[in-house]
Amino acid sequence: MSANITNPPLKTAAPAAARTRVVRDATCTFCGCVCDDMHLTVDDETHKIVKAENACVLGRAWFKEHGIEDRPFALIDGREAGTEEAIEAAAQILAEARFPIIYGLSDTTCEAQREAVAIADMIGGNIDTTTSVCHGPSGMAFQGVGESTATLGEIRNRADLLVFWGGNPAESHPRLFTRYAVTAKGMYVPNGKKDRTVVLVDVRRTPSAAVADIFIQVKPRRDFEVLWALRALVKGADVDPDIEQVTGVALATLQDLAARMKACRFGALMFGMGLTMTRGRHFNSGALLALASDLNRYTHFIAKPVRGHGNVTGADNVMSWQTGFPFGVNLSRGYPRFNPGEFTTVDLLARGDVDAAMIIAADPGANFPQSAIDHLRRIPVVVLDPKLSHTSRHAKVAITTATYGISVGGTVYRMDDVPLTLRPALPSPYPSDETVLKAIRQRVKELLGGGRVPAPAHAGVAA
Amino acid sequence: MLRIVNGRVVDPANGVDGEVRDVCVASGRIVADVPPQARRIDASGMVVMPGGVDMHCHIAGAKVNLARKLQPEDHRHDVHPRTAFTRSGVGGTVPSTFTTGYRYAMLGYTTAMEAAVPPLSARHTLEELHDTPVIDKGFYVLLGNNVMLFKLLEKGRLEEFGHAVAWLLSSSKAYTAKLVNPGGDEAWKGRRNANVTRLDEKIEPFELTPRQVIGALIRAVDDLGLPHPAHIHCNNLGHSGNFETTLETMRIAEGRRAHLTHIQFHSYGHVAGKSNDNPTSKAREISEFVNTHPNISADVGQVMFGNATAMTADAPLGYMLSRLSGGKWVNADTEHESGCGIVPFAYQDRVYTHALQWAIGLELFLMSKDPWRMVLSTDHPNGGSFMSYPKLIRLLMDREFRRQEMSKVNPRALRQTALADGLDREYTLGEIAIVTRAGPARLLGLKNKGHLGVGADADITIYEEHEDKEQMFSTPRYVIKDGQLIIEDHEFRADYEGRVLHVAPDYDPAIVDVIRPFFEEYYSIRFNNYAVDDSYLGRHEQVPTAAQRAKGS
Amino acid sequence: MSESMILIGGRSSSQGTSLCAGKLGAEYIDVSSTLEMNVEDMARMGLKDNDRVRVRSAVGEIVVRCKGRAAKDLPSGLLFIAYGPLSSALMGGDTAGSGMPLSKNLDVKVEPAA
Repeated sequence: MSANITNPPLKTAAPAAARTRVVRDATCTFCGCVCDDMHLTVDDETHKIVKAENACVLGRAWFKEHGIEDRPFALIDGREAGTEEAIEAAAQILAEARFPIIYGLSDTTCEAQREAVAIADMIGGNIDTTTSVCHGPSGMAFQGVGESTATLGEIRNRADLLVFWGGNPAESHPRLFTRYAVTAKGMYVPNGKKDRTVVLVDVRRTPSAAVADIFIQVKPRRDFEVLWALRALVKGADVDPDIEQVTGVALATLQDLAARMKACRFGALMFGMGLTMTRGRHFNSGALLALASDLNRYTHFIAKPVRGHGNVTGADNVMSWQTGFPFGVNLSRGYPRFNPGEFTTVDLLARGDVDAAMIIAADPGANFPQSAIDHLRRIPVVVLDPKLSHTSRHAKVAITTATYGISVGGTVYRMDDVPLTLRPALPSPYPSDETVLKAIRQRVKELLGGGRVPAPAHAGVAA
Repeated sequence: MLRIVNGRVVDPANGVDGEVRDVCVASGRIVADVPPQARRIDASGMVVMPGGVDMHCHIAGAKVNLARKLQPEDHRHDVHPRTAFTRSGVGGTVPSTFTTGYRYAMLGYTTAMEAAVPPLSARHTLEELHDTPVIDKGFYVLLGNNVMLFKLLEKGRLEEFGHAVAWLLSSSKAYTAKLVNPGGDEAWKGRRNANVTRLDEKIEPFELTPRQVIGALIRAVDDLGLPHPAHIHCNNLGHSGNFETTLETMRIAEGRRAHLTHIQFHSYGHVAGKSNDNPTSKAREISEFVNTHPNISADVGQVMFGNATAMTADAPLGYMLSRLSGGKWVNADTEHESGCGIVPFAYQDRVYTHALQWAIGLELFLMSKDPWRMVLSTDHPNGGSFMSYPKLIRLLMDREFRRQEMSKVNPRALRQTALADGLDREYTLGEIAIVTRAGPARLLGLKNKGHLGVGADADITIYEEHEDKEQMFSTPRYVIKDGQLIIEDHEFRADYEGRVLHVAPDYDPAIVDVIRPFFEEYYSIRFNNYAVDDSYLGRHEQVPTAAQRAKGS
Repeated sequence: MSESMILIGGRSSSQGTSLCAGKLGAEYIDVSSTLEMNVEDMARMGLKDNDRVRVRSAVGEIVVRCKGRAAKDLPSGLLFIAYGPLSSALMGGDTAGSGMPLSKNLDVKVEPAA
């Protein structure tokens, strides 16, 4: 059955005179700030976005570099192909595999994410998102400790103490400082930065230190000890001065920080990969989340994991509501199972468990450990991506899709779980991830003859 | 087309109480007759009822998803495998969305209303409802702590207040206005985790009291002629002596319609002169007030022993519960709109307060003189999972079973209640049909639900008669939704997507010029990106306001 | 001659902007193959800005160009490189059962390369 996806001509004929138009209140999905106040000037002759008012330097690059390029609709074994042919090849790969995985999903719409979960459910595969190598540890900590949190507008309107830990927002999330916290003015913070105290905690002094009233340098791999000491100090327990030798931070500095945290009116701890990607991982996140929760005995305090990709929060949400678990889900028994370390993608690939992979809107070929990348090179891989990437270069089937937020509409979730509807600005000849996945889903369903339902346990034979 | 024959029909809205008669279905509705070639379902030995209507549960949206994500351990022992045409999922007290829809259907429920959603995350709720199969669904939008509304109200701009309420309801696609601990949010977020405890105290920094907020919202919703009135979670939930707050809140309505939700949690007295540690039952006082004030309706909010998850927009309450449980806790503030607290919880029959809560819920049921206005809920999953409804039904219908269960609970708690005085009533099948179907449908203003008269939606449940009422209500033999046979012989036959039920009250478009400046100055998203696009509704039904009905729109 | 140091991989502004142009583009390759080193460490090892440096971890080895940073910004013994295929080449696949490979604060050995 045909997927009915035509591959239209790449560029429509240029109009007689060059024309631009403005799309207001569009959303930038480059980072987890998901700023929805982008006013985009679109040039329909060159098929490019030529101006992005309100965008930070990252957003400007995002909009500038995602114009319509002249690329093949698909590549199969390196040969140019049409989308429909690629969909057929992809469906065959997934239907035949015994341990298929789906990975990525943080740079696409919720509508596409839902299709991906449906496919994984149907084929009894594994489905995981970039969360597992980003704030997955924070999600695990959340499951153990919980979290006191708030939408970004609460921080902007109320927070008089901001502590940034293990992150460099000046370079990774510039408007976190300007639109949502730090310099932004708010209802109870009418003078912006003058009404706030900003603390930065990191192992090195990054450009983010420029906005910090207090910079605290921690020895690498010692964040957990610092956080735990702060918990103790907040609760009024004594901490040995040798904490300085262990962590590089003087007891007096920690006492001062603990006192400020208890005395503030509304505090916020915003943290990044400096906690999740190092020794301790989820223990670090857990210590921070527990600290923020503890502080609520004295004042109002929240924590916020600063999310990297535009719709990784959407992926967490879709996975959670459809399967019960935020990432690393395996469906091979016919129901969702969650086990980080077992069903997370780096581990699955590094162990060589997987015999087919579909990578959507992510580039593990660049970002994963070598042992995982090596295995990706050994198995058939389907990739959906607007751009050529390290993963798509080695994929058996690479399908060019349109960029979400720029050419494709749908729903995304900001780092604080606020859902927004995209306003695409630039029409694209390439299909959306959602369209392609819907077609793959339909074809896989046909190939599996109505669904791969595992044999019941008492039948005595493994599927 | 269907003809259901030989079943005992229980349709209290139409005065049918167990007589054997045919029920005919065509084009998704109950009809008077169908041609002879219509499929026949032989319901001999079975009871035919309208599909269940749960008017207060927490099943879809930001708060629910946090609670779902919080408890992988709660999912692991209750998996829900996929079938050839139904999706897999997980259960526990906060099931995944597909499982939620399927399990409601498996209990014979065909409509459920998500009870508390801030406008900013309405889109999220609609996405989750879209993935909640079979049932018709909707949600109540949180307005009782809305800063923009407070600013209008404190200046006495009542007309604009009304239009703003209508605008918020319409643009979020909600069903009615919800109030939770009105005034409490500002104290929680703005005054270092404080709370409000009196209806006449000032909601700093506004020139407003909870009494004024409650009154204004009851009036605004009433004036809009919405099918369901303001839906209220009173201040002081869970606190000893809170029955007075509840009575006062009901008096604020002054004859206008108001719905008080999970009223069991708001029916506590206290032992005079003692600390808060010794709550007592004031179910009789609450029950009497509801009985004698036809403008007031309530759902019980029954506590059932076993696992639960406290998930509430009452953030101070969430925090208090977390201190009691000592375990994990989620707090989530939504700018200008709401708070949220989530705490895994377990009710135990030997614990005094838990046993008292359980008994008070039963008192409210058994002392109710009007089952149309005191309907069944557990505030799922706060008081217990909706999966416990069959057991609750048995407790209401079977006094012998009730006595057995009473013998297991903390006797000191029991002695505080009328149950110890031999409150002996047994609910009839007809009364069960009222508190689980006909009553909620009527309270929600859903004219085509909760009954089997001609023109009703063909949402029908057929239960095999059984002496053990828990068994009977756990596994319907047939469930029909919009005339489609969804469950037959206890098994799923088809997947199905129900409708989103919502209201769209009219408002003066000029109100947008009042709302927009507040937005642009204080919200962290753009005003133009706030209202929910119609595309999120999917299959839907707009339920008319009184004015819209009169105009015939 | 090789010294033990700690490597931090991370985002940077130019990594973010060049990534938009494409990871196979020259700018991204340049950005993600630049190693920031403490200036005193560089002096001790006889390195100038843009000299080639070999960095070895337990699982891999890369050659990159170095760039000096003041001690107040980058303490002695610490290195920083923007995320990319080169930084990933040094990452092991063991996640200690967490799903997350270690990508920050990796133990590496550093020496000048020819």
